[in-house]
Amino acid sequence: MTNFEYAPALESTSVVNLREHYGLFIDGKFVSPISEEFAPTLNPATGDVLTQYAVGNEADVDAAVRAAQRAFPRWSKLPGSERAKYLYRIARILQERAREFAVLETLDNGKPIKETRDFDLPQVAQHFFYHAGWADKLEYAGYGNNPQPHGVAGQVIPWNFPMLMLAWKIAPALAAGNTVVLKPAETTPLTALLFAEVCQQADLPKGVVNIVTGAGATGASVVTHPGVNKVAFTGSTAVGQKIARSIAGTKKQLTLELGGKGANIVFDDAAIDQAVDGIVNGIFFNQGHVCCAGSRLLVQESVADEVLQKLQNRISLLRVGNPLDKNTDVGAINSAAQLARIQELANSGDLEGAERWSSPCELPTTGFWFPPTIFTNVSASHRIAREEIFGPVLSVLTFRTPAEAIEKANNTPYGLSAGIWSEKGSKVMAVANALEAGVVWINTFNKFDPTSPFGGYKESGYGREGGIAGLASYLKAAN
Amino acid sequence: MTERIDVKKTYKLFINGKFVRSESGYSYEILDAKSNFVANVSLASRKDARDAVSAARAASKAWNGLTAYNRGQILYRIGEVLESRRAQLVSELVQVDGLTEKRAHRVIDLAVDRLVWYAGWADKLAAIVGSNNPVAGPFFNFSVPEPSGVVSVIAPSRDSLLGLISTIAPVIVTGNTAVVVTSYALPITAITFAEILATSDVPAGVVNLLTGDYAAIGPWLAEHQDVDAIDLTGAENPEKAAELEALAAVNIKRVLRPKTEDWESNPGVERMRYWLETKTVWHPIGF
Repeated sequence: MTNFEYAPALESTSVVNLREHYGLFIDGKFVSPISEEFAPTLNPATGDVLTQYAVGNEADVDAAVRAAQRAFPRWSKLPGSERAKYLYRIARILQERAREFAVLETLDNGKPIKETRDFDLPQVAQHFFYHAGWADKLEYAGYGNNPQPHGVAGQVIPWNFPMLMLAWKIAPALAAGNTVVLKPAETTPLTALLFAEVCQQADLPKGVVNIVTGAGATGASVVTHPGVNKVAFTGSTAVGQKIARSIAGTKKQLTLELGGKGANIVFDDAAIDQAVDGIVNGIFFNQGHVCCAGSRLLVQESVADEVLQKLQNRISLLRVGNPLDKNTDVGAINSAAQLARIQELANSGDLEGAERWSSPCELPTTGFWFPPTIFTNVSASHRIAREEIFGPVLSVLTFRTPAEAIEKANNTPYGLSAGIWSEKGSKVMAVANALEAGVVWINTFNKFDPTSPFGGYKESGYGREGGIAGLASYLKAAN
Repeated sequence: MTERIDVKKTYKLFINGKFVRSESGYSYEILDAKSNFVANVSLASRKDARDAVSAARAASKAWNGLTAYNRGQILYRIGEVLESRRAQLVSELVQVDGLTEKRAHRVIDLAVDRLVWYAGWADKLAAIVGSNNPVAGPFFNFSVPEPSGVVSVIAPSRDSLLGLISTIAPVIVTGNTAVVVTSYALPITAITFAEILATSDVPAGVVNLLTGDYAAIGPWLAEHQDVDAIDLTGAENPEKAAELEALAAVNIKRVLRPKTEDWESNPGVERMRYWLETKTVWHPIGF
């Protein structure tokens, strides 16, 4: 009999050299934290400690902001064509060291190597390349002939796409002439620290990029530091609210990219097989750790049974396991805390009367894991239909008419993303117009590009990243 | 001990990614700034021009089919390789064009920066010149730029390198392919630039360089039915330029008339816009 089992195809980790401790990257060099505090970062696929990173305190953040302030006058006055060259250098070095970054990202984050290698890192390089090209074209960004940077940008990023979120933040900030203090997430600090080495290789002037690792308190110090002129945050809506309050009454500029509860709407005239693939991609890409995930499936009643049947078949084939295996589709949950949150919300689904189905996949015994899961019989009032789970859990609701689909899709405080599946052009355009979402995907899902603005309506945040709209967030008109 | 005799390079045309002699078998003599012999350069003929147009047309679809990001990276790569050929180009600019060494370095600086500047436009220009049009009806209506196709370029007679690059880059970054008649008197750096193109991942046929006399080959290109646009920048004789413009009307070619250019200043997006069509798409909205 033919054996369709896959042999293991493990990516080598030899390309990654971890140090025992990582300091903070301030003023162009790695320094010991004034806090003298370190914390472990784990491989979520095994639970093993990878290394120790510094937990910056207020004094560390102050040193970083001061370095960024010192670097700002010269950096912002460099001709754009010269700033561009630094960013192009960074883009090229990231391309050259792409595999090293991909493996390290997979180790620290738990996402499959297939994704870090083929999605995250190519996108990261593209972001730097794209924004490099803006540095000498800022007069086309819509703020007149002589647009100005804000000054020091304080940037706080999440753990779901550590390097990509770094690129989304740092590339436009530097292109526009700002200098940066970036705080990576506490469970995924390592690629940001490797990026600091890239800045060194590119001879980026000292102080232009500063990386201060730590947890929430460190991030709060970055956001509230009086020397920070522009705050950019990607993360939960709850923390976004805190940040918005903390800068109230200051002159700080703020952009927020927060949570989501994206509706993926499948009409009865959709190409069902494509839609099923899109649903799977929409919720199980990156273990569902995606703010714009299509976490609510709205499927038209007449095709609901067919879609669900095909969906279960498809999900049963997803390979869940070692993220370093090149055949793995779904990797580890990023942390114990996130796993607990997913479990708690999934349990609420059971308690509130929804019906749970999970992929019959075998899960590894160490590390943090949750199987791809679907809830049916979900009603709009259930917590799993309202709250962001940020995990591989899909809530399925049905509808009868386009108007009902739109009503249900918009029935959320969030407004980040939505998907529409139908072969009828005029209908998808009408639905796209009616959806309260910053990004609408038609017959596709989870597509990203540096030229394409990304960001939310309503409580999913404000400001955009990518495209001219994203660049504009880092510029202002000349006085 | 006998002195080593150095090996001289044969200067050929650059058509479809290959270095070829003119099918006419003709060449012409290039002297340096001190009137010493430098090389016999191929004199492009009507047939060479037609071969170049065929190559440019054949390359057009794939070149425009690349992602804008990819085209941008290739233009950037041309800049990288040009920078690595600095020493050679400086010596050519000094010997043949008669520039001072300082000025030659300045020209290379400008040429590299120009390529990098244009490279960045590849994935941005559509966002500047395209539009979403709020028509008074239930329609999604948008306009996108698309390349005109094959563009003939009469390159400037002076500024043999910077002028050449400043006319070619806006043509190709927008997804067009180019057939270029280089400066008659100063073709040496153009051939070196062809060698740079040949080693920069630029697909064969995207840029074709013809050394020779625009007054002789220009009419064939101007009246060629498979050329979509013509850049007359280097057609410095007004009567000749007018003749070429009149010939170009045969298939409604887009014509860029010659004017005095300051190649050192920021070029703006004007040249790129010349080589673009605007396509507007209507799509109904409604259930």
